[in-house]
Amino acid sequence: MRVNFTVNGRKQEVDDVWEGESLLYVLRERMGFPGSKNACEQGECGSCTVRLDGVPVCSCLVAAGQAEGRQVVTVEGLADYARHREDAHPGTGCATGACGTPLGTARSRQAGDGQGTEELSPIQQAFIDAGAVQCGFCTPGLLVAADELLETQPSPSDQDIREALSGNLCRCTGYEKILDAVRLAAARQEEAVR
Amino acid sequence: MALHPRAASVPAGTPTRITQGSMTKGGIGESTLRPDGTLKVTGEFAYSSDMWHEDMLWGHTLRSTMAHAAIRSIDIGEAVATPGVYAVLTYDDLPAAMKNYGLEIQDTPVLAHGKVRHHGEPVALVAADHPETARRAAAKIRIDYAELPVITDEASATAPDAVLVHEGRTDHHIGHVAHPNIVHRQPVVRGDADAAAQRADVVVTGDYVFGMQDQAFLGPESGLAVPSEDGGVELYVATQWLHSDLRQIAPVLGLPEDKVRMTLSGVGGAFGGREDLSMQIHACLLALRTGKPVKMVYNRFESFFGHVHRHPARLHYEHGATKDGRLTHMRCRIVLDGGAYASASPAVVGNAASLAVGPYVVEDVDIEALALYSNNPPCGAMRGFGAVQACFAYEAQMDKLAAALDMDPVELRQLNAMEQGTLLPTGQRVDSPAPVAELLRRVKARPMPPEQQWLSADAGGSSVDVRALPGGLSNTTHGEGVVRGVGYAVGLKNVGFSEGFDDYSTARVRMEVINGEPVATVHTAMAEVGQGGVTVHAQIARTELGVSQVTIQPADTRVGSAGSTSASRQTYVTGGAVKHSCEAVREQVLEMGRRKFGTYHPAWATAELLLEGGKVVTDGGEVLAPLAEVLEDEAVDIELEWRHRPTEAFDLRTGQGNGHVQYSFAAHRAVVEVDTELGLVKVIELACAQDVGKALNPLSVVGQIQGGTTQGLGVAVMEEILVDPKTAKVRNPSFTDYLIPTILDTPSIPVDVLELADDHAPYGLRGVGEAPTLSSTPAVLAAIRNATGLELNRTPVRPEHITGT
Repeated sequence: MRVNFTVNGRKQEVDDVWEGESLLYVLRERMGFPGSKNACEQGECGSCTVRLDGVPVCSCLVAAGQAEGRQVVTVEGLADYARHREDAHPGTGCATGACGTPLGTARSRQAGDGQGTEELSPIQQAFIDAGAVQCGFCTPGLLVAADELLETQPSPSDQDIREALSGNLCRCTGYEKILDAVRLAAARQEEAVR
Repeated sequence: MALHPRAASVPAGTPTRITQGSMTKGGIGESTLRPDGTLKVTGEFAYSSDMWHEDMLWGHTLRSTMAHAAIRSIDIGEAVATPGVYAVLTYDDLPAAMKNYGLEIQDTPVLAHGKVRHHGEPVALVAADHPETARRAAAKIRIDYAELPVITDEASATAPDAVLVHEGRTDHHIGHVAHPNIVHRQPVVRGDADAAAQRADVVVTGDYVFGMQDQAFLGPESGLAVPSEDGGVELYVATQWLHSDLRQIAPVLGLPEDKVRMTLSGVGGAFGGREDLSMQIHACLLALRTGKPVKMVYNRFESFFGHVHRHPARLHYEHGATKDGRLTHMRCRIVLDGGAYASASPAVVGNAASLAVGPYVVEDVDIEALALYSNNPPCGAMRGFGAVQACFAYEAQMDKLAAALDMDPVELRQLNAMEQGTLLPTGQRVDSPAPVAELLRRVKARPMPPEQQWLSADAGGSSVDVRALPGGLSNTTHGEGVVRGVGYAVGLKNVGFSEGFDDYSTARVRMEVINGEPVATVHTAMAEVGQGGVTVHAQIARTELGVSQVTIQPADTRVGSAGSTSASRQTYVTGGAVKHSCEAVREQVLEMGRRKFGTYHPAWATAELLLEGGKVVTDGGEVLAPLAEVLEDEAVDIELEWRHRPTEAFDLRTGQGNGHVQYSFAAHRAVVEVDTELGLVKVIELACAQDVGKALNPLSVVGQIQGGTTQGLGVAVMEEILVDPKTAKVRNPSFTDYLIPTILDTPSIPVDVLELADDHAPYGLRGVGEAPTLSSTPAVLAAIRNATGLELNRTPVRPEHITGT
């Protein structure tokens, strides 16, 4: 079958999709977006998390056909997504204008040790700076989930962060540096508002 | 871990302690950021499952549905005839005389021959143009099994009429084991435990059970094999040791090693589970048969069958002490279940036996450790490697002993703690810092997390955050029935491969001028599995060569072996190799400088020279020449091997021998809250103190300690592969049924890092990765016992063990 949907702001058309293929498979194997990861393919680990019309979902549990006509944001588009959110609603950080969370300007604060040649979203930069990346296999899904958390909840408590990220397994870090990263991104974004 | 003991031929270690002490930014001791960080957060980092090739096929493995069965026939007809299928391979298609592989003992069939020995053993391979086509074709392969009785424990393995898991063993352990279903047995005997037991005022014994843990790395086994024009194959794969894979793959393919070119792809975690081969040979066979690139990616279900697990264990311990708390003796027997194939079992036995005493001084010991062959899933390397199971038991014993003596459990441990100079039961003297008592002091001195931390003050008095309680958002309690407990534990782990193994690494370092700037390039075959070795290699090069720009080459088999990313050894051994090669490059660069500029300035001949900030400077700080002028258009390029000091095999009867390179130590304090009515446990805090010798990258060191601690927490309260004792089949091969800690299950993990240099190691460093996985589990268990008063002699603890229901 043919499936049409938007990935990271660009319309895509994919042919020869077998009906049983997941959105994750089509993204990774047919469209050249391998950033979303295939750690369990049963909806338990969160490493394939993408935004589907703004909602974080496990793309391994979404049939590709279900994405027809919809908007998908993957980790590859996260930096652009954060930038557009900032452009559309400066100082609010929310694509709908209802969230009141700025993100883009937070980047003006320190950016790693110079390796950040690419434009990164604040949560991506914070993951690097806080040491939240080890093997990195869980990272794409966590970034998408954490970015959504900060969009809807700009100053989350530790318990809020834990609750929001409880669907994302990490086997390397023991989560402490991931908490640090989310706190760091939240603090930077708060500082940017002032 | 000892795979090929060859004590005699090992050359002496090279002293690498001395560093030029360059203050170049980004050198050792700084928390520089990962060079692969940006790629990993943008989704561009290419993991082994991300490989793609035009015209590639998908490989799939058909695995046995039985744990122990004879294969009467295999019918592949319908599978081969399936449209889209390019090849179906069974044992009969293997191209070379060598049809087995294995880390130490080549007992593992590439594809089952005549029988299967465990649930999930590979029987046939399919290559097709779509992964689902391959899966469905595999399902059409008809195998006629005749079930055989299953060996599932020590009693069934060593019964007089026991079926042999492997008939006609010829490996080098068969001569010293009492039964062919025992892989390896290692006693460690020192002093006279029987006589010493007479002096004991108190004796405690216990029988302990350690469940089967899975590494559960998130990146599934995967890779891409591409046939090459010369009849060889290029393999892109996630592994812990490229050269070990190569040594096992090439003979089975019937190819010389230089025709199997391996490149490390992105590795999504390892933790021991990638020491053994998984899809490597299978993908190569399919690629060579079809002449097309073949990609294989396990799903999580298959991953649970695709790698070895941590050995489950049964341990019997006896400790005695005088009434003032001094240990008199220790006796123990550790039975590890190695499953159907040997994997790393012999080395795990060596570790369990030689570290069975833990970090305590006991002069009279009688230790026995062994690993069984059974029809359970094969077990091998996992973080902590034999020392984990022992630590769980001896730390439970220490608490039991403290209770019997009416002593504080931390004081009892400190009273008996080993230190630098202690003679271990193997007769090896510990010749570097061993701050066991100090680590315990530090975790104990830490302030306690507040009581009733689920209450938060608000306008109306206080409110309950159920997320901070056992049961969490299931809202099972608001504090009723919740009891707090505190527990302590400390462990002893070896660093590096042991028992006489020639444990070396290789580094190639190049220095040249690019665009007017001196640049160092580091090339090793070290598997970066997430630990941050690539970060540290660049730091070492900056420190030793005084340059800011360092390029880390992808790991492959064009450079010599780096050894395994295992045993907490890579920063020590490959870090040592990078340092060693950098020193040789530095010496050559200085020699070039002396030749070019020596006549202009006497300091070239007389002063101590350093490379710093891209220049040659004297130790007094005087600049002699920029490196760009010294090198001009010449490059210095050196590849060298480096070895730590040699170790010895353990005597097969007494276990005596200087078997280990280095020891590492961590201590934990666990604070838990237990809902005693429902048996739910919430770990509130898991504080760790660890000696790391020298933290080359403090951020990464703390990350290792927190990650290792969390894996220990997992096996304390949730992680266990359940194997049906009647059928030896795995019951929970999924993340739905095999639980690993989420961010909600994982507490705050404050870390206290000590840096007491080991003078034998590069920069004084001590391997970090494994020690925290040892003590975390028994600390949590001790805390649950403290909260509930229950004995709890098995791990993981499940709700029914607490409620007794």
